[in-house]
Amino acid sequence: MASVFEYAPAPESRSVVDIAPSYGLFIDGEFTDAADGKVFKSISPSTEEVLSEVARAGTEDVDRAVKAARRAFEKWSALPGSERAKYLFRIARIIQERSRELAVLETLDNGKPIKETRDADLPLVAAHFFYYAGWADKLDHAGFGADPKPLGVAGQVIPWNFPLLMLAWKIAPALATGNTVVLKPAETTPLSALFFADICRQAGLPKGVVNILPGYGDTGAALVAHEDVNKVAFTGSTAVGKEIARTVAGTAKKLTLELGGKGANIVFDDAPIDQAVEGIVTGIFFNQGQVCCAGSRLLVQESIQDELLDSLKRRLSTLRLGDPLDKNTDIGAINSAEQLARITALAEQGEAEGAERWSPACELPSSGYWFAPTLFTNVTQAHTIARDEIFGPVLSVLTFRTPDEAVAKANNTQYGLSAGVWTEKGSRILAVANKLRAGVVWSNTFNKFDPTSPFGGYKESGFGREGGRHGLEAYLDV
Amino acid sequence: MSEKTEKTGQRLPVFKTYKLYVGGKFPRSESGRVYEVTDSKDKWLANAPLSSRKDARDAVVAARKAFGGWSGATAYNRGQILYRVAEMLEGRKDQFVREVADAEGLSKSKAAAQVDAAIDRWVWYAGWTDKIAQVVGGGNPVAGPFFNLSTPEPTGVVVVLAPQKSSFLGLVSVIAPVIATGNTVIVAASEKSPLPALSLGEVLATSDVPGGVVNVLSGRTAEIATPLAAHQDVNAIDLAGADEVLAKELEIAAADNLKRVIRPQAVDYTETPGIERLTAFLETKTVWHPTGALGASGSSY
Amino acid sequence: MSGGIHRGLYSRYARRYAPLVTMPTTATSPTAKHVGGTPTHALGDVTASDSTLRRFLHGLPGVDAVGLEARAASLGTRSIKTTAKAYAIDLAISMVDLTTLEGADTPGKVRALGAKAVHPDPTDRTTPTTAAVCVYPDMVATAKEAVAGSGVKVASVATAFPAGRAALDVKLADVRDAVAAGADEVDMVIDRGAFLAGNYMKVYDEIVAVKGTCGTKARLKVIFETGELSTYDNIRRASWLGMLAGADFIKTSTGKVAVNATPANTLLMLEAVRDFRAQTGVQVGVKPAGGIRTSKDAIKFLVLVNETAGADWLDNHWFRFGASSLLNDLLMQRQKLATGRYSGPDYVTVD
Repeated sequence: MASVFEYAPAPESRSVVDIAPSYGLFIDGEFTDAADGKVFKSISPSTEEVLSEVARAGTEDVDRAVKAARRAFEKWSALPGSERAKYLFRIARIIQERSRELAVLETLDNGKPIKETRDADLPLVAAHFFYYAGWADKLDHAGFGADPKPLGVAGQVIPWNFPLLMLAWKIAPALATGNTVVLKPAETTPLSALFFADICRQAGLPKGVVNILPGYGDTGAALVAHEDVNKVAFTGSTAVGKEIARTVAGTAKKLTLELGGKGANIVFDDAPIDQAVEGIVTGIFFNQGQVCCAGSRLLVQESIQDELLDSLKRRLSTLRLGDPLDKNTDIGAINSAEQLARITALAEQGEAEGAERWSPACELPSSGYWFAPTLFTNVTQAHTIARDEIFGPVLSVLTFRTPDEAVAKANNTQYGLSAGVWTEKGSRILAVANKLRAGVVWSNTFNKFDPTSPFGGYKESGFGREGGRHGLEAYLDV
Repeated sequence: MSEKTEKTGQRLPVFKTYKLYVGGKFPRSESGRVYEVTDSKDKWLANAPLSSRKDARDAVVAARKAFGGWSGATAYNRGQILYRVAEMLEGRKDQFVREVADAEGLSKSKAAAQVDAAIDRWVWYAGWTDKIAQVVGGGNPVAGPFFNLSTPEPTGVVVVLAPQKSSFLGLVSVIAPVIATGNTVIVAASEKSPLPALSLGEVLATSDVPGGVVNVLSGRTAEIATPLAAHQDVNAIDLAGADEVLAKELEIAAADNLKRVIRPQAVDYTETPGIERLTAFLETKTVWHPTGALGASGSSY
Repeated sequence: MSGGIHRGLYSRYARRYAPLVTMPTTATSPTAKHVGGTPTHALGDVTASDSTLRRFLHGLPGVDAVGLEARAASLGTRSIKTTAKAYAIDLAISMVDLTTLEGADTPGKVRALGAKAVHPDPTDRTTPTTAAVCVYPDMVATAKEAVAGSGVKVASVATAFPAGRAALDVKLADVRDAVAAGADEVDMVIDRGAFLAGNYMKVYDEIVAVKGTCGTKARLKVIFETGELSTYDNIRRASWLGMLAGADFIKTSTGKVAVNATPANTLLMLEAVRDFRAQTGVQVGVKPAGGIRTSKDAIKFLVLVNETAGADWLDNHWFRFGASSLLNDLLMQRQKLATGRYSGPDYVTVD
């Protein structure tokens, strides 16, 4: 028998990041306790180890932060764009300098593999700040008329799946256009935002321009409801997005929402199969499937179903699940016990409704939150797992016979964030991409992001675009 | 009525029965209800259909049915059709001048100016259909071996509450941009002055605008708008004709399926509009494709 | 997905105590069977005519270049440390076809190469032997003598290597000479001109003829010169063409053109042998050649093998490196692992 090539553990060093035992709120350039003294713990989802104790912002703190942002707004918005640009360039550079530290931190706090934080999250974070830095003094040319004005104070609420990247998507365009921000990171992943606060200090960013308020949903609700907030930006679940839309109804607050999805990844019989398999894997197992634009529905042409599924299963068997800090880990931990419970329940429902469940042989660590890569076959449009966003490493496989049917099934959802098309026929790509009701369509690739490219959804996946020239609009009074 | 007969002299004029315009047809309200429309001096002008929630529902079905064809038509074709609307209006200008004058209590010359501006607005938007994609879309210089292109696409079925005061110019200013980009529309006409809107339906029907692309309902704005704002198959709503209280209620209802919302705002419809109303109901779709090296001897990266 | 460390350690110790170490092989796996010079397998009908062959090759799934290269690059980020690295270095040494293909080759040079193949590291006799030495046909006899009794194979390039621009009978004579001189393996080049002109049957027939000439004595490696085929689609087609014709190994390149083995084209060929075995039951080996100079590179290729074709190919019966300078880098890395110090070029032999 051939021997087995076992990869020895290759953990990234934890010592590059120094996590303090406790963190405050970041208001007006200072770290401060919550007014009511409340705190919460942030744990590492791969080990359940407590990483730090973090102040929990309440209504009073929200008010303090909004006031600080309001005070800072006058000077910040009056700065020449070229000066704001330089602050953002500084931030981008410091992020690059500290990217190893931040990658390890993000992996510890979020549970995602170091491979991803190192090669995807952090490079994109820095790139996003670089991109919007350059816009700050060129807004006259952005297509929104001469001298477009900022809105004021932006209240921003971000999710736990890409903590620092979502922060970058929110803060970079807001600052470039002259707004000041109050940002609430997710309760399970507050640490990288607090490290970002330190980066703002290193960059010499004026006090109050960026305020970070760790907290739970009630903090976010208080922030978006605050009467002196001019702009609300939210990334997260569709249910919360709707609640926020109701909250800001009847106000003058500008709103952008980036919400859930149930992306269809359509594989035609003339697809480049090996790359399609990679794209399917990237589509649903990147970040353990905890991605709003995940390709969570595989629509495969019935004529190649068996062949494709064989290849896919073989490929899934090579995925390495385990210590997120190990450089060879492909699948890390699920972010929280709550999320794990949701994924587990939906997968069980999939089985109960008659879909066929499959996972590769895969040993799960004994502590932490883990879910094996999972594939459901014999799924139909009527199954819950084909309709509800699972936000986990669970792929539902459906079949189609014709391009029309593929498009009809792909569009048959209340969401409209992402889709994939795999075929070597150029005209089919264009025809199908044209008919898909989704904000981003990846053809012969999947889950690609770039700061120059607008990203955002159709239908209940939200409205407004982040990234690119388009992303400026959300923060300008136009 | 007798007063009217006296004024027109020897010949008894033929009154027009104003009807809704839904799916390219001219139905009465399914409810069978009408309401009296009066001029600015409370003089009776006509009975207009008092639309019900079922009329609103039927209009959504018609608008959804028309969306595929209209959004799939070439931008050039849509521009031709919008221009055709202007041509048709030009020929029926007298009728609209009379209706606008009655509706808004304007002198004939002031009403004519409104109608001229409205016709010109159709021309303005006709020219936009095949330009907006170039202005707001384009290629993105991504850092990698990929070509990607962002293009605007229509949001879908849009409900428009027409301005209450500017019964024709305002109306045109809110529906032309919506259909120019390929959306289909259900418009609730000015509650008090619906006649120009209902007559516009007749023009649209003869201007090659496919049935269902524009659907005109008259009646109580709140009664029509409430089911539409909550309708799950409506993608967006322009609250131009809603007052503050109604607008808030509708915006809350619209959140149920995350409709795109334009809040009411002060607009001078005589000014040349910007592109905000065009872009408000556009979605941006970004399509990616790998590029790569010509041969395996190089690297794509 | 972890926990195999003990097994890895065990096999490493086993190798250390072997007097003359050869890595285990799986030579019992099926190889292409030939009846009257024509391979028999599940895809026999494909080569019934020019048009069936063309239809088959053009019906293979396309290759997206960016996706392929991205996958190869992603596997290149695997971090192979400590025990895994020790295992990989020894495995890589055992897979080297230690090569000299120069106009200036002399018996002395070839003898030195042979000695090195048998005892790559004179300071550490636990070092595995290389898989083979690879020489021109006229050096086969010398090479055989040099490696006699060691288990190291002698491979010979043939068929008017490297351009392959000669008549078929000349090519076959070349092969006959090599086999007669005792070559265990023949590395032939395909007619790239015929392939690029779409004359697939000609390429196929030539491989079949060479395979027939090799008979049961020599295993046949078919070199595509991927740098000249240029596109990944061509490389995939050539891979299948070679396997259909009875190749025991498919090999990237001659080492004589600008672009030789790359992670991407090797990954593509590994996919081909994987899929071919799935369809026919016949296992075919892969040999990237040219341009692989460092241990780091070699280990990346082993990761490609491990995660694409799988463990069945992690054996010098099924995977080879066509290389010359690679061996010394592997040896220096091996010394580093053993001693904890970085080695230098004076501590490995220059041949």
